[in-house]
Amino acid sequence: MDDDGQPLFRWSWVESNWNSDSPNSIVNLLQAHVVMSLVPVLLGLLVAVPLGLACVRWRFLYQPTAGIMNVIYALPSLPLFMLLIPETGLTQLTVIIPLTFYALAVLVPAVVDGLGAVPDHVRQSAVAMGFTPLRRLVQVELPIAVPVVLAGLRVVTVSSISLVSVGALIGQGGLGNLFTDAFQRDFYTPAIAGIVLIVLLALVGDGIVLTAQRLLTPWVRARRAS
Amino acid sequence: MNWLIDFFTDPANWSGSGAIPVRLLEHLGFSAAALVLAALIGIPLGLLVGHTGRGSVIVVVSANLARALPTLGLLVLIVLLLGTASIWPVLIPLVALAVPPILVNTFEGIRGVDPELRDAAYGMGLRGPQVLFKVLVPVALPLIMLGLRLAAVQVVATAAVAAYVGLGGLGRYIIDGLATQDYESVVGGSVLIVAFALAVQGLFTLAQRVTVSPGVSRRLRVR
Repeated sequence: MDDDGQPLFRWSWVESNWNSDSPNSIVNLLQAHVVMSLVPVLLGLLVAVPLGLACVRWRFLYQPTAGIMNVIYALPSLPLFMLLIPETGLTQLTVIIPLTFYALAVLVPAVVDGLGAVPDHVRQSAVAMGFTPLRRLVQVELPIAVPVVLAGLRVVTVSSISLVSVGALIGQGGLGNLFTDAFQRDFYTPAIAGIVLIVLLALVGDGIVLTAQRLLTPWVRARRAS
Repeated sequence: MNWLIDFFTDPANWSGSGAIPVRLLEHLGFSAAALVLAALIGIPLGLLVGHTGRGSVIVVVSANLARALPTLGLLVLIVLLLGTASIWPVLIPLVALAVPPILVNTFEGIRGVDPELRDAAYGMGLRGPQVLFKVLVPVALPLIMLGLRLAAVQVVATAAVAAYVGLGGLGRYIIDGLATQDYESVVGGSVLIVAFALAVQGLFTLAQRVTVSPGVSRRLRVR
């Protein structure tokens, strides 16, 4: 290992690369990173809710769906990116598609478990009060499922943010591009900056979902306060 | 599809240091070493924390941190700092990423055992370690096995990424193929890694069926 005495971290590098004109400035990479990690989470949620509802409504669908989700979750990201390249090229889409499937693999079981957590007497009360099935779903069952679904969403958000960086190996890693840059130049600073920024971004994402959970389930706090 | 046929029929991929069986064994070797080390750390710690209830904070923090830490960044930083003279530097991030799922699931499994069951075991006159190993561990086994499975799959995937920083194994086909624009090598390597990951997943699912007592058939999931 070369011992050229480079400092562990060089602030001047961060300052000069923070918002330069280069497409690889930290701010630009951060933006790309947010897009590539957020789109899969939102798409995953959008697809997982109806899919989960279908699995609850038609129970026989659940076993095969859960099996498929388990298999998807086991697929390594790097080879998936590679196999998508002929279809999507070296674009952000190549990263977004596999991450969307990972999001689904966590969120579909979360939706099913969340709806399964609705107590039977609550459901029956809603029926007795004359709620139509749709109104019962939207006003009673989904709100009760929120904590479980959002717990899954927190996992997905954080792992999605950290997984995007593998995309750097095809030039689409958002902040992960700092890692390949660091490796090629044998320069610690970008690697450390990238790790710190990605962990911070993950914490922010986690915090946002947690806040959403507080806002969507005010009764949890009300119950604790009383 | 042609790429795949070319890749698997290319004699260069069946002899020498780049032969498929050699790469496969390398990949298996690193992954197994990392998983065993991670299990040696994660399982005892998880049992201890779950049984005594002390130090749950470590578990929660490590679980969250492990999800947030970018694999590639960790690999690059450790290799830059420690060099690639031996494979040990590369094993550190692999182990670091495999410990949390094992630790968290072992902890959750032990802690999630019905307290009445635990009381009954003490009531029958079993001592602390006996309660742990004769009652709590068998009941928590589905989750412990789940943790091992998640960790194994993650290690196999991460070992592929580690080819970028110089580790051997199946990831080499992807990284070298990208560098030389040899797309058949990239596709062939990708398919091999996916197949390998699925085989590992299947093996652990099977191991779970075999090891878990038929009396314990609850289905729990913690990621």
